[in-house]
Amino acid sequence: MNTELKTPDSMPSVAVRNVSLNFGSVEVLKSLNLDIAKGEFLVLLGPSGCGKSTLLNCIAGLLDVSAGQIFINGKNVTWEEPKDRGIGMVFQSYALYPQMTVEGNLTFGLKNARLPREEISKRVARAAEILQIEPLLKRKPAQLSGGQRQRVAIGRALVREAEVFLFDEPLSNLDARLRAELRVEIKRLHARLDNTMIYVTHDQIEALTLADRIAVMKSGTIQQLDDPITIYNKPRNLYVASFIGSPSMNFLKAELSSAAILRFEGQNVGLRGYDFAAPQSVNLPIVFGVRPEHVRINAANDAESYEAMVELVEPMGSDSLVWLKLGGQTLSARVESSERHHPGERVRVSFRVGLSSIFDAASGERL
Amino acid sequence: MAETIALDGPSGPKPRRAISGRNIMIYGTLILVSCYYLLPLYVMIVTSLKGMPEIRLGNVFAPPVEITFEPWVKAWSTACTGLNCDGLSRGFWNSVRITVPSVILSIAIASVNGYALANWRFKGADTFFTILIVGAFIPYQVMIYPIVIVLREIGLYGTLKGLVIVHSIFGMPILTLLFRNYFTSMPEELFKAARVDGAGFWGIYFRIMLPMSLPIFVVAIILQVTGIWNDFLFGVVYTKPDVYPMTVQLNNIVNSVQGVKEYNVNMAATIITGLVPLIIYFVSGKLFVRGIAAGAVKG
Repeated sequence: MNTELKTPDSMPSVAVRNVSLNFGSVEVLKSLNLDIAKGEFLVLLGPSGCGKSTLLNCIAGLLDVSAGQIFINGKNVTWEEPKDRGIGMVFQSYALYPQMTVEGNLTFGLKNARLPREEISKRVARAAEILQIEPLLKRKPAQLSGGQRQRVAIGRALVREAEVFLFDEPLSNLDARLRAELRVEIKRLHARLDNTMIYVTHDQIEALTLADRIAVMKSGTIQQLDDPITIYNKPRNLYVASFIGSPSMNFLKAELSSAAILRFEGQNVGLRGYDFAAPQSVNLPIVFGVRPEHVRINAANDAESYEAMVELVEPMGSDSLVWLKLGGQTLSARVESSERHHPGERVRVSFRVGLSSIFDAASGERL
Repeated sequence: MAETIALDGPSGPKPRRAISGRNIMIYGTLILVSCYYLLPLYVMIVTSLKGMPEIRLGNVFAPPVEITFEPWVKAWSTACTGLNCDGLSRGFWNSVRITVPSVILSIAIASVNGYALANWRFKGADTFFTILIVGAFIPYQVMIYPIVIVLREIGLYGTLKGLVIVHSIFGMPILTLLFRNYFTSMPEELFKAARVDGAGFWGIYFRIMLPMSLPIFVVAIILQVTGIWNDFLFGVVYTKPDVYPMTVQLNNIVNSVQGVKEYNVNMAATIITGLVPLIIYFVSGKLFVRGIAAGAVKG
């Protein structure tokens, strides 16, 4: 079959086709497929070593793939040099050329491409204006703060006027406040430029706030590719469920006693409102996943509630995390910080079943 | 009363006495050791400033009664080695003509080697590197004769060019290792960024890597200049009398058997020969120590 892609409308901005990468006998990427639409903000999310940065480097052309193809704008770039792929890249360590001024950093790529001087200064002026780094143009990177450096690094990608922006954990080296600030700035930048952006991170907050779609990765495969809300509310398997969400989801061992009833610590939980993907067999051991904010304490109007004991309370400012012991299992609940609980207290706990997840205990897949 | 408690007792830095057992021990040892090492130099300088009659008196440590620079002048311009009687000046210029091209050539090649090995992982890079490093551990003496034959066959035996090539080759393993390790320690993302920016092999080397690696170049220059300047073995084996480097010529002056032993001239000649590494040492200071540490692998 011819690999040239179809009409311009449906043509993905970046397409990864069956890409594998091996370092010796280690399979880092396992036959990955990924289509990224024009103007989309895609986040590759996963723990370190899951292959997310490797995939980004493959797309950038900094690593040769062992098998498969990569298309950017419908052009097969599998064998192209990074400079010919129409990409701009931003790195975690900023990777600014230390001996050049900010201006030198911005123009280095353009000079290599032998662009006319007016064009270069036009682009630099535009990037500097967008990123508000005009006063810094004559400085050396060493004289800049972390946030300013990363802004210059983004500028270096910007002046290339690339179709596709690649971000390799760009905010990981910054402190928490700057990270939040630049996160908003990147989102604003995306709204303004409307480029395709691929963003690698291990920070789920960054992923959830920035992404149009998130690809959750684990050992070289994509576990789930969906928009942030779906990823958060309907994780496809136990791995995604445990990786996304902070504080993390509660996992309770239970059993499916009928299609609508869950058996849990000797008690029945009605499953009204839960959307099963397929009809289920009964007496199946399952994992009942419920996020802390979907666990309610002493809610008067909940029909089904279960007795539990407060173990520990973690106040977090806007709300508090209450650790509970229900039968032999531990779970956490997120409550308003105005609600006061103390260790040893006996409470009634109820679940918002419609927002929970049920996983097959054996396969870890969502039911 | 928390405040009164805080005001009493020790506060600020702990006072240290200038004269303590520990300090006496440290400085005493240092002074003793430096005297031990500086004594020969003192004798050399003192002797080189004396006339022969004064030397014959035998007071090696006594300062010169009558200071004369005659021996220095003689050592530099009129001392005889074999048929030539133009002193060390000939050897000095020979050494310069050997050292300068060797240092430039070996560092130029080794830095590119190291850069390629560190950043462009080409096929067989590891094998190549291993072979190079093994080269650093083979005793020079083993290779002397084979190299004589090679130089003879290509018609460079006994010439300065031949010696320059030999020095460049023998500097290669240690210098490549030095540069490779330095370039490996530079952030890889910088190299990636430059590739995305469209710089090629030489573009990245000259525009990104070189400006960042001044320290290692200085270390390499120190290492090579002192090493090649002080070399005696290759100089005596691969050159002929009229292109002998300074060290070989010095040996010929000091060890000449005819006539009177002119100790003052010998001392002056030795100091002149050692002056170049000495100056490099004083000028480069800390970097020299780093160079020596890096060269420690060489043994």
